[in-house]
Amino acid sequence: MRIWQYDDNINTDMLFPGKYTYTCSIPEEIIPHLLEDLDPEFSKHVQKGDLIFAGHNFGCGSSREQPVLGLKAVGITAVVAKSFARIFYRAAINQGLLLIECENAVNAYSKGDPVSLDVDAGKITVGEKEFSFPKLPDEILAIREAGGLLAYTRKKLENK
Amino acid sequence: MPNMTFAEKILAKYGHQKTVEPNQIVTVQPDHLLSHDNTAAIIQKIQPELQKYGIHNPNLSIIVLDHVIPAASEKTATNHQKIREFVQTHNIKNFYDIGAGICHQIVVEKGHALPGMILLGSDSHTCSYGAIGAFSSGIDRTEAAALMLTGETWLKVPRSIKMTLTNSLQPGVTAKDVILHIIGDISASGATYCSVEFHGTTEHLTIDDRFTIANMGIEMGAKNTVFPVDKHTISYLKQRGIQQNQYTPINPDPDATYALTYDYDLSDIEPVVALPHSVDNVKPITEIEGLEINQCLIGTCTNGRLSDLQTTAKILKGKTVHPSTRLLVLPASRQIYLEAMNEGVLDILAKAGGVILPPGCGPCLGAHQGALAPGERCLSTANRNFKGRMGCKEAEIYLASPATVAATALTGKITDPRKEGN
Repeated sequence: MRIWQYDDNINTDMLFPGKYTYTCSIPEEIIPHLLEDLDPEFSKHVQKGDLIFAGHNFGCGSSREQPVLGLKAVGITAVVAKSFARIFYRAAINQGLLLIECENAVNAYSKGDPVSLDVDAGKITVGEKEFSFPKLPDEILAIREAGGLLAYTRKKLENK
Repeated sequence: MPNMTFAEKILAKYGHQKTVEPNQIVTVQPDHLLSHDNTAAIIQKIQPELQKYGIHNPNLSIIVLDHVIPAASEKTATNHQKIREFVQTHNIKNFYDIGAGICHQIVVEKGHALPGMILLGSDSHTCSYGAIGAFSSGIDRTEAAALMLTGETWLKVPRSIKMTLTNSLQPGVTAKDVILHIIGDISASGATYCSVEFHGTTEHLTIDDRFTIANMGIEMGAKNTVFPVDKHTISYLKQRGIQQNQYTPINPDPDATYALTYDYDLSDIEPVVALPHSVDNVKPITEIEGLEINQCLIGTCTNGRLSDLQTTAKILKGKTVHPSTRLLVLPASRQIYLEAMNEGVLDILAKAGGVILPPGCGPCLGAHQGALAPGERCLSTANRNFKGRMGCKEAEIYLASPATVAATALTGKITDPRKEGN
C-alpha cells in the first residue's frame, strides 16, 4: 500500500483538467488524465488499496465528478484530509468513495509510517498513534451501503 | 421559536420542519435542477431507468448548452445532439440551445430563479442565484441524475456566516474587487460548508454586483451565498415581467445565530488582483502593476453582464488594444449581446480590437476558444485561476475586475483603472 501525499487546496483542475471535462466521462477515459497537472506519476503507479493524505479543502473548485470516479476506479481505499470541499464530499458519498476528515491523522503522518484503517470502528492508525473519525449520519450511510446514489435511487424507485 | 438564519429558515420550510439546526439533514424537493453540456453524461448514467420510469417532472430541469459552444469536435457535437433528443423525448420546456447564454445568467434572466426558491445545479457556480435571494448550490452529475428520476435529495443544514458591509465603493473599485478582497481575507476554504449571508449597505450594490459576489461564493467554499431582497431585486424582476406576488422572499431572523461574523467597509477596498494559482492569493493592484499580460478576457458567469461590458467600453472608447496583448469579450447571454450591440458597446469593443465571442463559457475552462500557450499570462474577469484551467499548466491566470482588465488591455501591462485617462 502506497500513501500519496498532497498539500492544501488541491482543486478539481489539478485532479482532472477542465479541458477534458466534456470528452472524458467513463473511468477508462478518465484514468490517464487523473492528477495529470498535479502529479504525473500518480496515474502511472497508483495501485488498488493505496491511500491519499492531503491538507485542507481537498477537491475544491468545479462540480465535475471525474476526480471521484477516477480515484474510485483506480482503487484508492480512502482520501484522508484535513478538510474537504463540499461538492467533492457529496460526489464521493454518491460514488461510495471513502473520505476521512481527520486533521490529526494527516499531521501525524511522516513518509514511511505504517497506516491502517478500520472503517467500521472509525479508527485510523498512523505509526504508533490511533485516531478516530466520526461515523456518517444514517441517511448518508444508507447511500454508501446501497453501493452509491444510483443504486440507492434504483432501490427507491423499485419500492415505490 | 428559535431565531433562524436564511439557510435554516428555507431548509426548514422545504424540509417540512418547524425548526432546523446546523448539521441536521433534511430531504428537499428543489424548485429547479440546472444542467448544461454535462446533461449528456448525466442521462448516460440512467438510460434503463429513464426508459422504465421516465423523468420525475419535466418542469424541474433547466438545461442550457453553454460550456463548449458551438461544438468544438465530433464528440462535443454528439453530446449536444444527445441532449436535444433527450429534451424532445421528455418534453423539457426549459431548454436553451447554443447561443442563448451562460446557464447561470439564463436561470436568472429568464426568471427561473426567484426569491425564496431552492435551486440545485450540476455546476459549482450554481450558488449565483443568491444574488436575488434564492438558495442555490452545486451538486455532481450523479446527484443530478438521481434528481431527474426522483425530484428530491438530502441537504445538510449549513452553519451560517454573516458578512456585514458598511459604506460604499470608491470610484474605480467594483464588486469583483469586493469578493476577491473577501476571499483573500478569509481564504479559499474560509466558508467551507457554510451559508454566507450579506447584510449592511447592500443597497449600494446593483443586482449585477450581487451576481458577481454570489457567483464566487464557491471560491471560499460556501454552500450558498445570499443577499437580502430589496427594491433593486424587486425592480430587476419586474423588468423581466415578474411581479412581487409571484414570489415569497425569506429573510433571516434578526437574532439568528451565526458561526462567524465579518465586517467589511466597502470604502476601504481597493482594486485587487488574484495571482496564480489560487483565488485567495489576492494582492492590491499597486503591488502587481506593470506585469506584462498576453491575453485579456472580459466575460464569463462572473463578469459578462451589460454593466461589465459598458465599463469596458467606457475605458476603451476611441482607443485600441495594445499590440502586445489581445482582448477577448464574452457577453453572458444573447440578450446582453443584443443590448450591448444596440447601445454601440460592441462596436466600441470591436473597433478597439476586441474579439467578440459567442455568449457562453468560452475560454474560462480551457475546453476550446482562447486557450493559453506555455509561458503566457492571462488577466481575466473569470472566477478561477487554477493551474491548467485555461488549457495549459505552464500558463498563468490572474483575476481582476472588468475595469482593471480593460485598463490593462490598453497598455499590455497590469494597470490600475483609477489612473488618469481611464
